[in-house]
Amino acid sequence: MRFIRSKGAVAAFGLALSLSTLAGCGDAGSDDEGRDVKADTDAAESLPDGSRMKEIADAGKIKVGVKFDQPGLGFKTATDDIPTGFDVEVAKILVSKLGLDPSDPSQVQWEETVSDNREPFLQNGKVDLVLASYSITDDRQKVVGQTGPYMITGQQLLVKSDADVESIDDLKGKEICSVTGSTSIDRINEQGAKGVGFDSYSECVQKVLDGTVEAMSTDGAILMGYAAENEGELKVVGDEFSEENIGVGYSKKEPEMCQWINDTLTEAFDDGSWAEAFEVTLGKSGSETPDPPELNDCPSS
Amino acid sequence: MDAVLDNLDLYFKAFGYTVALFLVSGVTSMILGTLLAAFRVGPVPVLRWATSVYVTLVRNTPLVIVFAAFSFMAPMLWGPLNFRWLSVHIGGFDFTAFFAAAVVSLSLYTSSFVCEALRSGVNAVSVGQAEAARAIGLPFSGVMSQVVLPQAFRASVPPLASVQIALIKNTSVAAVFGVAEATSQMRSITNDFSSQRTEIFIAFAIGYVVIVEVFSFFAARLESHWRVAR
Amino acid sequence: MSTTVLYEAAGPKARLRQRIYTAVSVVALLAIVVWFFWRLNESNQLSYDKWEAFVTPDYLRVILVDGLLRTLQMAFFAIIFAVLFGVFFGIGKLSDHAWVRWPSWLVVELFRAIPVLLLMVFTWYTLGIKAENSAFWAVIIALTLYNGAVLAEVLRAGILAVPNGQREAGYAIGMRKTQVMSIVLLPQAVKIMIPAIISQCVVALKDTALGIYVVAPGLTYVVKQVYLEFHNRVPAILVVGALYVLVNLLLTALASWLQKRYVREKKPLDTPPLGDVQRR
Repeated sequence: MRFIRSKGAVAAFGLALSLSTLAGCGDAGSDDEGRDVKADTDAAESLPDGSRMKEIADAGKIKVGVKFDQPGLGFKTATDDIPTGFDVEVAKILVSKLGLDPSDPSQVQWEETVSDNREPFLQNGKVDLVLASYSITDDRQKVVGQTGPYMITGQQLLVKSDADVESIDDLKGKEICSVTGSTSIDRINEQGAKGVGFDSYSECVQKVLDGTVEAMSTDGAILMGYAAENEGELKVVGDEFSEENIGVGYSKKEPEMCQWINDTLTEAFDDGSWAEAFEVTLGKSGSETPDPPELNDCPSS
Repeated sequence: MDAVLDNLDLYFKAFGYTVALFLVSGVTSMILGTLLAAFRVGPVPVLRWATSVYVTLVRNTPLVIVFAAFSFMAPMLWGPLNFRWLSVHIGGFDFTAFFAAAVVSLSLYTSSFVCEALRSGVNAVSVGQAEAARAIGLPFSGVMSQVVLPQAFRASVPPLASVQIALIKNTSVAAVFGVAEATSQMRSITNDFSSQRTEIFIAFAIGYVVIVEVFSFFAARLESHWRVAR
Repeated sequence: MSTTVLYEAAGPKARLRQRIYTAVSVVALLAIVVWFFWRLNESNQLSYDKWEAFVTPDYLRVILVDGLLRTLQMAFFAIIFAVLFGVFFGIGKLSDHAWVRWPSWLVVELFRAIPVLLLMVFTWYTLGIKAENSAFWAVIIALTLYNGAVLAEVLRAGILAVPNGQREAGYAIGMRKTQVMSIVLLPQAVKIMIPAIISQCVVALKDTALGIYVVAPGLTYVVKQVYLEFHNRVPAILVVGALYVLVNLLLTALASWLQKRYVREKKPLDTPPLGDVQRR
């Protein structure tokens, strides 16, 4: 069996080599790098001694959990080292204040988190921060720390550009696509439509595009990302029928992170870097940059 | 066990979809597979060759890819293949586009295995039977439908049963493509009650084992019944 | 029975009819193929920018190394472990002790009846998501349990297929039970099993594609990244399908070569289906 494997490996490499010399003509890929955020060593100097932030700054290494499959928020292509999107941009601002260089993968390690594993990742210290369209909820705050929000969004509908759907009331009794096991599906059902689902949103987008379902529904921010990607084909409609506060997740064992995150976010709100982060990602779909949201207070402990 | 007991309605509904997927795809795959087997042993060389290519291709493609082809590729090629026009509601069950795409994928995939099982069954029919049928002047269609296939079906009950049992298990792949059957329901209940995941898994595993064993029981009955008749 | 006894050598009338059938089926098959490519073209799936990623060296390397190679690794580990699992429980099922035989029987029957995907989801959650590469190992473990159970059944059939005289001869020269099993029966059974193991390799390899449901690495994962970036889902499906078929055909060719080279037995092993349908 060893034989099969090594043969497969050799074949794969051989094929890769021969194809790459043969097909030198292919030149796919984009240079969508997002904002260029530099390490802020001054800020790192002033971190309080003994805090987790100082520890990270001294170690020169942090792990951040983001999504890899949501254009506009957290998305990583097959060939890039660094994901792109609004969540990622906010994460870059945060880590830069620890004196780390976001564009250096040896300093900032981007981990893929999916809906099922965000809490365990934080609890087990597999990541230090989670910025993965992570709504702040009471249930989650029982097991992990959450603060922010750095964005407020609500559940909306994504439909074809030429569809005359105004709100979810037009779709009563019809199927609306979302992600299985998410709160989005429950809300769709509460509104009188039928939620059907895949395990990630990109499948739903395809199903809207090919007309299998009329609409998909989840947080407006996620939908805006897809609308931006499919300009002229898809649009976001309807009032928000829920309110989601997208925040930063940290470990409950490190409560001092909360105030630091809030301070850093406030600074980013004030100096315009937050707005800029929005413009280069979600703002590309033409949606206006909203006012910065109001931050929650940190639990006093 | 609370997580399952409190959600018994979801549990049974999910297995309802599993059974429905199995029954519809099972029947369709048998019909399609029989047709393919007839082409495969028939007198038209082009059809023999085409069927053999089809069977080889489908048998070597992962079921997930077959599903992807009918869920995402077919609708891009031709609008009506999105099955939007299908909307059957029986009881609390909705049989819509997602269900249809799953049935098509499962049927086409399984039919290639049915074809192979039947072909081995045809090979098990003794030569004299076919010769006798030809001797009384039956054409190929008559030889097949009156003499060879009925016996081939009997000889291939065990392999066909295996194929259909594989189908029962394969219906779980529909979970990846938007059908709320048992495996997808297990995942979503586990997400809500993660501390009870072992109990939840056992409950759903038992559901599958029961379906498989019930089917095997009837297949065994059928086999012994037909063996006597032969 | 060879297929030719199913129909007469064609006379003039039948030859004409056959020619008509042939013509009709050629036209129908061509129509399907032409329609397929015409629709591909109409829906703009054949344009170069949809396929460019698959001829760009960077992406090709990722697809083959991070994708295909990882997939082959998962299948490889799964099969190695499955063989061990199969030997263990296959022999367990033949044990003289009821307390070994029955649990082995239960384990084998159970894992043959549960869908691999259900096993995969459960293993993924159970590995706690905290383990490094949990999805990678979830795929391997699920495939090991399922394929191992199948191989246990194959091995049992293989051992039973060894002529009884061999076992008796072993005992006659004073071997113990374990010696008869390990020196006389197992080597012969494993030899008979080789084709079955390889066809199980194809099954395991195909089932690695299920890893997409638990975010496992491999071909389907990498190609998903590609089609999310380039919106070329249709070409992506065709490419992944073609790669899987190619690798599986190579494996099958290897299997038949091995069978010819090392195994003279033509008779396939007779394993009972689930629920023991085949009561002879």
